[in-house]
Amino acid sequence: MRFDLDRPLELTFALAPDLLLIAGTMVLLLASAWGTETAKRQRAVGRWSIALCVLTLAAVIYMWWAGHTATRGAIAVDPFRWATDVLILLGAILAIALSMDYLERERIDVAEAHVLILFAVSGMMLLAAARDLMIVFLGIELMSIAVYVLAGLNRRSGRAAEAALKYFLLGAFSSGFLLYGIALVFGATGSTNIADIGAAILERGLTTNAMLLAGVGLLVVGLGFKVAAAPFHMWTPDVYEGAPTPMTAFMAAAVKAAAFAVFLRIWMEAFPYLNGAWHKPLWYLAVFTMVVGNVVALVQKNIKRMLAYSSIAHAGYLLVAVVVSNFEGASAYLFYVFAYTLATMGAFAVVIALAQTGERGQQIEDYAGLWRVRPGLAAAMAVFMLALLGFPIFGGMGFFAKWYVLQAALRPPSQTNLAIWVVGTSLVSAAYYLYVVMVMFMKARPAEAPSPLKVPGMTRFVIATCAIVLLVVGIWPRPVLRVARRSLPQLVHLSEDLPRAPAPPR
Amino acid sequence: MIQEALFFSAVLFIIGVIGVLTRRNAIIIFMCVELMLNAVNLSFVALSRLYGIAGQVFVIFVMTVAAAEAAVGLAIIISIFRHHENVDLRNINLMRG
Amino acid sequence: MSRTYLPVLLLMGFVVFNAILMIGLSHLTMRSRPTPVKQSAYESGIPALGEARERFSVKFYMVAMLFIIFDIETVFLIPWGAYFRNLSCAVPLTNGLCPSGQVSMFGLVEMLVFMAILIVGLVYVWKKGALQWD
Repeated sequence: MRFDLDRPLELTFALAPDLLLIAGTMVLLLASAWGTETAKRQRAVGRWSIALCVLTLAAVIYMWWAGHTATRGAIAVDPFRWATDVLILLGAILAIALSMDYLERERIDVAEAHVLILFAVSGMMLLAAARDLMIVFLGIELMSIAVYVLAGLNRRSGRAAEAALKYFLLGAFSSGFLLYGIALVFGATGSTNIADIGAAILERGLTTNAMLLAGVGLLVVGLGFKVAAAPFHMWTPDVYEGAPTPMTAFMAAAVKAAAFAVFLRIWMEAFPYLNGAWHKPLWYLAVFTMVVGNVVALVQKNIKRMLAYSSIAHAGYLLVAVVVSNFEGASAYLFYVFAYTLATMGAFAVVIALAQTGERGQQIEDYAGLWRVRPGLAAAMAVFMLALLGFPIFGGMGFFAKWYVLQAALRPPSQTNLAIWVVGTSLVSAAYYLYVVMVMFMKARPAEAPSPLKVPGMTRFVIATCAIVLLVVGIWPRPVLRVARRSLPQLVHLSEDLPRAPAPPR
Repeated sequence: MIQEALFFSAVLFIIGVIGVLTRRNAIIIFMCVELMLNAVNLSFVALSRLYGIAGQVFVIFVMTVAAAEAAVGLAIIISIFRHHENVDLRNINLMRG
Repeated sequence: MSRTYLPVLLLMGFVVFNAILMIGLSHLTMRSRPTPVKQSAYESGIPALGEARERFSVKFYMVAMLFIIFDIETVFLIPWGAYFRNLSCAVPLTNGLCPSGQVSMFGLVEMLVFMAILIVGLVYVWKKGALQWD
């Protein structure tokens, strides 16, 4: 079916999965206000949240399967949106499952944690659908405001409060840049619709318009903060270290996926003709992010900080997909984010499983000799580290993720230099990923080391699922790749160049 | 007139940015962020004279979002205050960085 | 255009000049003989009680925050109200009236959905006890 987005009912149907999630979230919000604050209620709300995510996932897959399209409007109805939704919901389900166990162990009995994750997810799904800069802004803010609270969820912890404050101040600051960028782009093109902006740039020859180029620059700064690209990454390590670990995992996986989805869509649809002016700066941004993330990660002692810098490095690899800004880039992004979500979620799940109450025991040295006491956890962590590194076979689909990003970079017009930087910085990253593996398998466990706590069921489930899916898809990547290749954003202004009359007021 | 308004909004925005970068009190930084947002609002209002109502619609959305952000931000600042007894960013540094 | 602002500019200049003149003159001519009574803050003749920089109870913040949110959300009601006649008609208005049979519930339903969302927030806040003063 082809939705006419000017008709309220069809617009509602085009947004059905998002609306389903939002309505369910509000019911859960009310449910979490009733009764007393106990771990039991927290787990119940968590279970219902996962059920709601699964329901939304089913709705998304139905919409995907039905193959709907839409007219030019404020939201996109295309496979790219549905594929991104699936990745975001996957991240959310894993994060909720992890936080159920985590919150119980840390005695934080706030059922609202799960509800806030769901609110953030609805913002992200809005971002995946956004084809209007107004929706982009609303989606980013809905996501960010919920995540600020999630970062400071543990009210007893001074570190969590500090992480929340830093994230909030820098996030609000970057929102200001993003918004000013939107204003300038609106001023130069006269539209906030992404497709209309692309068309206006082409028709009116705005490729050297100073206002437009400045606006695009501010948009890059704003989005760069959200995806933690260097040099806009300074908040990342502190926030990732201080925030509760499941929320860190959620930030590292889902927030990044959503922000990159919108980055990619804006770039492919609104600014393809600005490549002359903005290609070089983005190129440097990608290379700088890869270098900073990988090099600074080398000297980290705390595993959460190390993973924070590793996530910055991965933002750099994902930026490569934005730099090439073609269909290969989009499908490489989808495949990459799938692998990255599983590996990051799994790695943080192991961090949660091995930490003592109060987030102690998170130095890399604390993992010495883990192979002797918890062989399963050690093996899973090794898989996640190798997947993040992009190691063949043992790293599962991590290898193919990097491979497809490289392929996208090497498509004509070939970006050989960029590909060389990807490979070079990946080699550097081997030092810190393999160091973790080395510590776990080859160092002797000190006698006074506390024995790890028993791993609760949900956490174990998350770790096992992530590791198995990574390995299986690593052996057999073709089906996932085929889905990623087909799930491309529809560029409206390329497929149908119909000038559209302004809609009559209703 | 539009050019003057845009220029004025750019000046306000830059004042906000400089404030965020130089001040160390969390509340004042947050006020500077609000100044940035309001500078952008001014741009939108000015541009809506050129392009119709879309700019003003944007302003209303920005105002609501800014209010929601303010509520969450002040709550976070209060929780910081409970831990540190002040909101000076120079004193808030439990983590390396 | 600049001509119309000239009187305002003159007035501003006069005000600044006058303020500087009055403060400056009194500083130049005064003889400083401070006493504790003179130094204290003037509160309508009543002796000042304690410091002005007291800490407020967090309850005030809660109420202020809730007020900000619910207050700003109602911003949407005003443009909605101003445009309601157009929103409730499926076709463009003729002479400010909706042709018979073309009345649509779109505008009303949209606002009811919006209000329902706000009410969910209100019920949550209420149930959490944030509206309780004691």
